[in-house]
Parts: sequence; C-alpha cells; structure tokens
Amino acid sequence: MKQFITFLKKEFAHVLRDKKTLLILFGMPIVQILIFGFALTNEVTNARILIVDQAQDDISQQIIAKISASRYFEIENIISDASQIDRAFQQGIIKMTIVFPANFSSNLAHENKGQIQLITDASDPNTANTLANYASNIIQDYQRETNTLISQPFEIRPEVRMLYNPQLKAVHNFVPGVMALVLMLVCVMMTAVSIVREKEMGTMEVLLVSPFKPILVMIAKAVPYLLLSLINMVTILLLSVFVLQLPVNGNILLLFGESTLFIITCLTVGIFISVQTSSQQAAMLISLMGMMLPTILFSGFMFPIENMPMPLQIFSNIVPAKWFYIIVKSIMIKGVGFSGIWKETLILAGITVFLLAVSLKTFKIRLS
Amino acid sequence: MRTLRFLLQKEFRQIFRNRTILAIILVVPAVQLMILPLAADYEVKNINITIVDLDHSPYSQKLISTITSSGYFRLTGYNRSYKDGYKLIENDKADLILEIPASFETNLVRDNENKVFIAVNAINGVKANLGGAYLGSIIGRFNNDIRLDLVHAPRFSPRPTIEVVASNWFNPWMSYDLFMVPGILAVLVTMIGGFLTALNIVKEKEVGTIEQINVTPIRKHHFILGKLIPFWVLGNVVFTIGLLISWLIYDIVPVGSLGVLYFFVGIYLLAVLGLGLLVSTYCETQQQAMFIMFFFMMIFILMGGLFTSTDSMPDWAKMVTKANPVTYLIEVMRMVILKGSHLRDVTKHLAVVFLFAIVLNGWAIINYKKTS
Repeated sequence: MKQFITFLKKEFAHVLRDKKTLLILFGMPIVQILIFGFALTNEVTNARILIVDQAQDDISQQIIAKISASRYFEIENIISDASQIDRAFQQGIIKMTIVFPANFSSNLAHENKGQIQLITDASDPNTANTLANYASNIIQDYQRETNTLISQPFEIRPEVRMLYNPQLKAVHNFVPGVMALVLMLVCVMMTAVSIVREKEMGTMEVLLVSPFKPILVMIAKAVPYLLLSLINMVTILLLSVFVLQLPVNGNILLLFGESTLFIITCLTVGIFISVQTSSQQAAMLISLMGMMLPTILFSGFMFPIENMPMPLQIFSNIVPAKWFYIIVKSIMIKGVGFSGIWKETLILAGITVFLLAVSLKTFKIRLS
Repeated sequence: MRTLRFLLQKEFRQIFRNRTILAIILVVPAVQLMILPLAADYEVKNINITIVDLDHSPYSQKLISTITSSGYFRLTGYNRSYKDGYKLIENDKADLILEIPASFETNLVRDNENKVFIAVNAINGVKANLGGAYLGSIIGRFNNDIRLDLVHAPRFSPRPTIEVVASNWFNPWMSYDLFMVPGILAVLVTMIGGFLTALNIVKEKEVGTIEQINVTPIRKHHFILGKLIPFWVLGNVVFTIGLLISWLIYDIVPVGSLGVLYFFVGIYLLAVLGLGLLVSTYCETQQQAMFIMFFFMMIFILMGGLFTSTDSMPDWAKMVTKANPVTYLIEVMRMVILKGSHLRDVTKHLAVVFLFAIVLNGWAIINYKKTS
C-alpha cells in the first residue's frame, strides 16, 4: 500500500507539473461545450434562396412576401431570367430556387391550376428536402387563407403533444451528445500516452525492475486523470444546466455515478491503447484520428443509429459514448431512474472489465 | 538548395522507417472513408410508432393499416392504455404514440368531427417535427378517403389550386453518400496534415534532436520547408487515395475539373500545415500539441458545415465558421465534385485560404526560434 501511495504521488507530480497541459485540459471542454451548445443545430433556417419571377403579378408578389417573412428563408435575389439558375447554383450561394412561370396567375384564374417550381440543390439532400417542405407548406398556407371555403365535413383533427422538449430546442439533443463526445475523447487521449511515454522515454525500464505489479501501475496512472475528469465533468454539468438551460429531471447523484463509470471506461480505453502501442505518436494518432469521427458518428446524436446498415449498427454497440449518451438523455431529460438504464450501465461496466483484462494480459513486463 | 535536399531526405527516411505510423496514415483515412459515409444518413425513416386503440372499430383498423403501409412508420407496440405507450417512449422503443379515443367512429359520424391524440418524443426536435408532420399528412389522406365514403355526391366544385413541383438538381436520387463523401474526405486530409506536422516538430523538441539541428547552419526557412514538403506530399497522397475510393466504392466522379480540385487542395494543405507548425512552436510536449490540435479539429469538424448547415447558426457562430479553413475546403469539394463549379466560382474561397496559408506560416516562422 505504501508503495502504491508513493507511486501515486509521482503520477500526481507529473500531471500537476505540466501547467500548460492542465490549462488546456480544463479550458478546452468548457469552450467546446459553450460553442457547440449554442451553435449546433440540425434545424435549417436562414437558407438563402433565389426567386425567378417571370409572372410578376399580384399573387406571385404576395407569395414572395410570405416567403421572405419566414425565418427559414432569406431571399438573395429576385430575377426574371431563368437561364441564370445554373450559374447561381454553381457559385454555391443559394440552396433553392423558386420559379413562377410567366402565365402563373392567368392559368390559376382560367384553368384553376397554377404551377410553381421548386428547384433544390440536392447535393445536400437533407436541407433540400426540408426546404422544399417548408416552401410548399407556406404556399399551402397562402392558399388556405385565400380560399375561404366552408369547413369540410367529417374532419379528423390530430392533436399533437411534444413530450420532454415542447419548444423543440436542439440543445436537448446536442448537449448530451457533446458531453459524451468531449469527455470520451479527452479521457482517452490523456491516458493513451501515459504508459507509452514511459516506454519512449526509457523510464519504463526503471519501473519494470522495481517490485511493482502491472495492475498497480495502471491504476496509479489512471487515478490523477480520474480526478481531473471528475472536475471537468462537474464543470460541464454546471455549464449545461445554468448556461445552456438543460433540465435535470432525474436523480443528480445517479447521473454523477454513471458519469464516473463512463470516465473510468474511457480511461481504460486509453490505457488499452497505451499498452498496445510503442510510440506516443502512434498512440495519439490512433486515439485522435482513429476515434474522433467514429465517436461523433456512432454515438447517435448526429445521425440516427437505426438508419445505418446492420453491420454498422452492430459496430456502434462497442462505442462507449453511445451508451453514455443514452444514459445522460434518460436521466437529465426524461427523468428515468436506475431501473430504466441498468442495461446501459451493465454494458459500460462490461467494456471496462474486458479492456482492463486484455490490457493486463498483454502488458509486457520485459523490454523487447 | 543542397541543404534542403538533405533535410528532405532525412524526413522521408524517418517517415518510411516507421511502418506503424505509415500504416496509420494511409489505412485509417481509407477505412474511415469507406465506412463512415454509410453511417451518416439523415433521412428520417423507420419512425417507431405505438398505437393505443380504444375504439376497435373498422375505421380505427383502417387508419392503423394506412399508417403501417405508408413505409415511414414501424409499428412497435399496440397498447391498451396511454400509460403503457408512454413506457415504450421512456425506453426508447417508440418515437411517437397515436391514441385513438373510444367511440372514435361513432362520434366522427355523429358530431361531424373528432380528435386523435399524438404524443411525440421531442428530444430530437427535427425527427419529432418530421414524424409529426408525416403522421399528420397520413391522417389527412385517410380523412379524405373516409370523406369519399361518407359523402356520396361530389359536392366540391373545383377550386383554384396551386401545384408545387419540386425537382432536385445535382443529386436527383437524393443519395446521402454524394453529400458526405467529399466532406469526410476534406476532414481526413485536414487531420493528416495538421496532426502530423504538429506532432513531428514537437517530437524533435521532446526527444532533443532539435538542438542538433539548431546548432547547424540550417536556416529557418530551410528547416520549415523541410518539414512542410513531406507532409504536403503525404496530404496529396491521402487525397488521391480518397478520390480513388470515392470513385471505386461510391461511384463518385467529379463533375468539375480535377485540376481545380488539386490546385485548391494544394494551397489548402499549406494553410493546414501552417497551423500545425504554429501549434508546434508553442508547445513543449507531444501531449500539449495533440490537445491543442484536438481542440481546433473538433471546432473545425463540428463548425465546418460537414454535418449541420452553417446558415442556421447564430451570427457569432457564423463568424467562427468564416475563420475555419475546413469550411472552405468542404464547400469547394462539394461544389466542384457535385455541381461542377469552375475556378472562377471558387476564387473567393481560394483567396481566403491563401490568406490563411500566408498568415499561419508567417506567424510560425516568426515564432520559431533557433535559440531557446
């Protein structure tokens, strides 16, 4: 035990001595949570559009006025020459073009049918779809207002209630995701270099000749980072509750416990990488390049996992951030108790034990 | 010139000697480009719905079958009470609940109107909105059907209707790969260039070999060029591999010219390498360099318009995206590869990225000191 405490002291000294890294470690998550919490949204607003108005009559003017009043669209230009559409898209400024044909309102008056064409830049399919939906809704609204027909018989009226997030704020979806993402990557990167640095610097040899058990080396390496991450997590939580106004509907102690478990899991992933690699650069490239995009994609807060092809859905199960994202959402927003998340908790614990066992098994106690 | 040649020889030898790193550099981006675009599909389909049918009438049955046959919804539960349905939402088994009230059919015929209740799990606002809207329009269609059943004579005089026709340019099948592949390739090229440069120079500092270089008559710009050129070449190699993968696997052939693409990427890489260089002049250990690059990379990726549109961000965030070189690369890649934009369409992007390259590299050269 005394041995262990001495070793722990050494590790703390290492970590606390490097003031620059400490500053980065504490500052970075705060800045990221704030930026992403406020800026990230998958809503589409203020899309710049082009209007080709060959009709230039009352009705087209009224519809244009309605569209420009909507917060979804910003009209970049109104022209009457359809041949410029192609160029406008290629310059990459506009996302959609609305074309009113020349005889729009006369067709509407005489044939009871007028046509409006929406041309979307479908190189971004999601935005294209959403914008086309918005525009046709606005046009339909306009029609409903002008057509003062009597109400239809046998009307079924759907009453929609939005659960958990009545104002449809993007924060509720993104902040738990960013929390999982930032915690995961920071924890993995911190520990990924810890053991491999001793290998690279040659101090590993000193450790290996001492009567130290590998498990103690790993734990001593992880403890200072665990404390740092806990402080980080508390700051992130405080920021998301008080600045980003995320609710905490569930038990805060449970949330704290689950976060600790998640941090331990991530630290184990880092130690696993550290044991497997032989140079700091390799460890960093794996934990950064190898993990950044997959963690963003497979934690499920950007893209729905159920849309992915089957093999990728299975793969997403080994990404710890996915489980933590579910846990945070359940506790903070839905207010679920432990009975609702025991499965996720068990999976995180399982990943931790498995990685720890493999790391111990492959820890080399001899220099090659 | 001779000095530079020797330096380059040294750098390339070091890169090729370390097989692990070389494998990571070439394999990791390739694998990610092959797999990740498949995961990035935002189309909202397979919405899980649970139905609470308190009526059990022919109409409620018909409504349910209309919903399940629409293709957007997957029936995951059929509950006796709203409470049971709510449990499914709590466990993420269902995204929305449709409750058909008791004596729905009778009341609809008697009172000429009736309600159904929809409750949506709105944590993911966009999905909730779209799911609610789909369900609303399906109920509307069902409503029209039964109206035809109930109202016998064609009572409606034709009224003027505006027809909206949407056409999707540049990507008529609305395939998501087409949108994601160029963007992800842009991010991968950025990561390779930025990380490698930053880590490489700091490693010389950490191991101490930079002292040996500092005492030789190698000039500042020789040293920096000697570091930049190898990674510039590597960046281009990764970019070429990426283009090949998008051609072979996703069948994406750039509509615009390859020349424009390579020209732009060439200048862009200078800017990114400059950032790596600059970070390395401020750091003493590889760990510091990595954390700082991680910080920038996260902002670059999430604020670069790769996944979410930059137009929808608040004004201050738009400023951040303007100061983000990746935004420009992602935009240019998508413009040239998908829309066939010409060089004159991207001159503004080119000018900004060129400015980045000059400022970042200039700053790095000024800040790099041969004496510690």
